[in-house]
Amino acid sequence: MRATRMMMTAGAMAALALTIGCSAKEEAPVKAGIDPQTFADSLFAVMSSDRAVYTQKVVNRLQNDEKVIKASEHFEDDKALPLPAQMFRFGAEMVAEKTDKFSYQLLSLWPINKQNAPETDVEKKGLEYIVANPGKNFYADEELGGKKYFTAVYADKAIAPACVTCHNGHKDTPRKDFKIGDTMGGVVIRVPVS
Amino acid sequence: MAGKRKTRWLWALWGVPTLLLLGFAALTMAYGGPRHLLLIGKTSDAHHQIELACNACHTRWFSGRAAIETACQSCHAEDLKASKDNHPAKKFSDPRNADRLTKLDATKCLTCHIEHRPEVTGTMAVTLPADFCGACHADIGKDRPSHTGLAFTSCSNAGCHNFHDNRALYEDFLEKHLDEPAVKTAPRVSLIDWRPEEGAPAKPAAAQISDAPASIATDAHVTADWLASGHARGGVNCSGCHQPPGARAGNAASWIAKPGLAQCATCHAAQARGFTQGKHGMRLADDMWTARRAPFGLVADRKLGPMQPELARLPMKPAAHGRALVCTTCHQAHDFNTRKAKVEACASCHDDRHSKAYFASSHYRQWRAELAGTAPPGSGVNCATCHMPRMLGRGEDGVERPLVNHNQNDNLRPNEKMARAVCMDCHGLGFTLDALADRPLIDRNFKGRPSVHVESIDWVRRRVRQRGEAP
Repeated sequence: MRATRMMMTAGAMAALALTIGCSAKEEAPVKAGIDPQTFADSLFAVMSSDRAVYTQKVVNRLQNDEKVIKASEHFEDDKALPLPAQMFRFGAEMVAEKTDKFSYQLLSLWPINKQNAPETDVEKKGLEYIVANPGKNFYADEELGGKKYFTAVYADKAIAPACVTCHNGHKDTPRKDFKIGDTMGGVVIRVPVS
Repeated sequence: MAGKRKTRWLWALWGVPTLLLLGFAALTMAYGGPRHLLLIGKTSDAHHQIELACNACHTRWFSGRAAIETACQSCHAEDLKASKDNHPAKKFSDPRNADRLTKLDATKCLTCHIEHRPEVTGTMAVTLPADFCGACHADIGKDRPSHTGLAFTSCSNAGCHNFHDNRALYEDFLEKHLDEPAVKTAPRVSLIDWRPEEGAPAKPAAAQISDAPASIATDAHVTADWLASGHARGGVNCSGCHQPPGARAGNAASWIAKPGLAQCATCHAAQARGFTQGKHGMRLADDMWTARRAPFGLVADRKLGPMQPELARLPMKPAAHGRALVCTTCHQAHDFNTRKAKVEACASCHDDRHSKAYFASSHYRQWRAELAGTAPPGSGVNCATCHMPRMLGRGEDGVERPLVNHNQNDNLRPNEKMARAVCMDCHGLGFTLDALADRPLIDRNFKGRPSVHVESIDWVRRRVRQRGEAP
């Protein structure tokens, strides 16, 4: 009888402990997070600012305004500055070596380097959307290689004479009538989502 | 009952030797032994010298391909970076390449290069079918109508493209060097006139009296050789090579009778690093073990040891067999005659057609003229001019100067790598690419004119004309 009472007491304590444990788990504060769109928008704010600074304060100033040094695709051979698009890609590749939490590229419907043409449906739709809807971004979900991504596409505009002269004059350009302010391409940011 | 016992014996008869064999194989792989018996196929030309140092590539047990990939990178990453690799892994890690990677995973070395598979190993140790470019570039004709209909087997074997290194092959480079003459007006190696920057450290005073310990017998011939060497002129005394760093010059107890790579590397670190990356010295690289210490002293640590000519797959002179390749094999001790190291040392071992034909080539004639003083410095071409070129680099002291690249593999495969670093000092790009694509001409050590023509330069010229620009 005494043993039965002890077992019942132990059982009740265990149940209580379990209940407390469960409720403690339920009541644990939810870890603060950031939704993929805000995350992508924030990344783009940094990327587009850095890109604009390099294009305007370095390339356009030194090449077009002060004529001190040229920017060249073969910047090492030509002892020149890397092109703004290369600068952007080098950063993207370095990021890819450090993290898989996001990735980004600079793509275009009129790419000089054909590897930068849209590949996926979302890329195509996104680039067409940002060209047709100035000032708006494009967001979509997509699945690539069995993984799901939140994909954002942002307009990349011609912000300096250097952008326009280089793209319009390049031997491999498919379009030669860009003007300052035109959307020349788009920044595609992907965030893997579970 | 008897049948059951018989079965048990048969199991034992099969099981015990099998377990013993498996144990022996595992011990051999882990610690050493007759590892050649365990090779699963002929190793490629690139790695055959180090095939018994299994741990050089198979760095960890049960780690699969990932460990081998890491090993590939540990030896080749630096070279790939320097070659401005056109297909680095980082280019393909982006999710938008997921479809491409299912066809051909370009992020992994082992997709294209698998060792011990001689039956499928082709040029550049590639183990994929030669049309592999088509996996990703099937629609190249859309961007380049000139490429429509070309076989994908011809991308890399026509002198037009390489997978990794296209520094001398990219379109704008070809355009920049269109219509260059076969031989330039004043053909000379580019760094012959190099002078140190202002403010570079001054050369130390020459050493004139040997600082070897009195108890070490010094041959007069040895002293004379040393006094005439660059070492003495640069203030490097006996103790510079024969004493460990920090030891007193006259200390007989710490005297190193035969200084090796480690001693040379104290001053010539860049050259030593290059040497251990090439075919001459790769067996002396770090961690090239054929045996590791086993419990109970069953096996002792043993390194691969230096390369010997008879281990090479290229023809070598029988008289050179048994020679161990260390720094002094080519440079000799004490006189360190760099002229000998540039031709005589090479010819004392190498016995292939290209090496033998050198002595009948115009390159050799020019080298003789330079040595005789009838041609300007830098106009002669010796073995080292092409295979161990002088390149601007920074030594351990951070000072920029021409350094001899002791990795003779560095510009050898694919041979277009030699174009910019060497050939174009004297020859035009078009002639260079044609010559490098002509195997019989290479065998004749470039005696004669190329009979092969690499058309890519013509295609570039055509594009320039289509744009309405000269020429």
